[in-house]
Amino acid sequence: MTYGRTSCRPDLKLRLISRARPSLPPGCAALIFNRMQTVITVTLNGETRALDGPVSVAGLLLTLGLEGRKVAVERNEAIVPRSRYTETMLASGDSLEIVHFIGGG
Amino acid sequence: MDGTLPVEDTWTVAGRRFRSRLIVGTGKYKDLEETAAAIEASGAEIVTVAVRRVNLSDPKAPMLQDYVDPKKYTYLPNTAGCHTANDAVRTLRLAREAGGWNLVKLEVLGPPPLLYPDMRGTFEAAEALIKDGFEVMVYCADDPLAAKRLEEMGCVAIMPLGAPIGSGLGIQNPAMICMMMEQVTVPFLVDAGVGTASDAAIALELGCDAVLLNSAIANAKDPVRMARAMKLAVEAGRLAHLAGRMPRRMGADPSSPLTGLIR
Repeated sequence: MTYGRTSCRPDLKLRLISRARPSLPPGCAALIFNRMQTVITVTLNGETRALDGPVSVAGLLLTLGLEGRKVAVERNEAIVPRSRYTETMLASGDSLEIVHFIGGG
Repeated sequence: MDGTLPVEDTWTVAGRRFRSRLIVGTGKYKDLEETAAAIEASGAEIVTVAVRRVNLSDPKAPMLQDYVDPKKYTYLPNTAGCHTANDAVRTLRLAREAGGWNLVKLEVLGPPPLLYPDMRGTFEAAEALIKDGFEVMVYCADDPLAAKRLEEMGCVAIMPLGAPIGSGLGIQNPAMICMMMEQVTVPFLVDAGVGTASDAAIALELGCDAVLLNSAIANAKDPVRMARAMKLAVEAGRLAHLAGRMPRRMGADPSSPLTGLIR
């Protein structure tokens, strides 16, 4: 799982480089700022997670290694139909539940 | 007449026809291999399943579907662990999205240690689910009025407890089960309380269409063997019901002729 690890986030790598080289050309800081803005914070199965945005439900499932698995997704207490995974974009503050079937009586 | 079950002795719930009168849960087993073996031995055609969060730290972990084929068995998603109508409705909407089935088992439970059916929550959830197109098999208290109302609302099966979930106490309320059964025309099952094979047989002898159990098999020392025992018990109970038991009498009635005795 790579979420939340700075080493896997190109925007933060860029920031580290910028610190090391304070004489970057003008405009670069704004670029970095814009990239930072796309990080969104969601609650995923009860845990807070930072995700690189913009990201759709389909993109999230892919990153989580759940693409093609028999799961169901609820976003803010509403079902996200499978047919809308690609077009449904996540926003900061979203509460997501990803569930599947397990043994039960 | 050879005494076996009639070839076409089936029961139908929500338009789906089943031969086995045993519905088994898929929880509490040692592992998924044992789950699969026990279900196979039970002869069940419907299995209950729970809906839970995916373990995101291990997304490739083996899944129930890899061992219990949804094409071979009818998955009946439950709402175990739900203590409010809202949680139950959300859970089953997720189940429908995950599996594509609208036949579900509704249970809204009160607090431990009894986990007794919370009927207010059950009515509320049943109403919302039926409105939303679900076919609801409902776990309920052994209350004949509640059974009647749930049927009138549109529930497709009424499933009272015989004893608290997982208690293994056996059917503690046979008289009430019979009185409830007279109130309803949809399939009627005992759900919860069965501890061993004879309990399952009693449910069928009383005239239940089927019996639903999990712990009695999963918590047995040898679950696969108990699964087979349950299969036979359900068949025995059904046969006994069809055969019609003799009347009870308060006193003896000798089985051997009273004539021709030596003197």
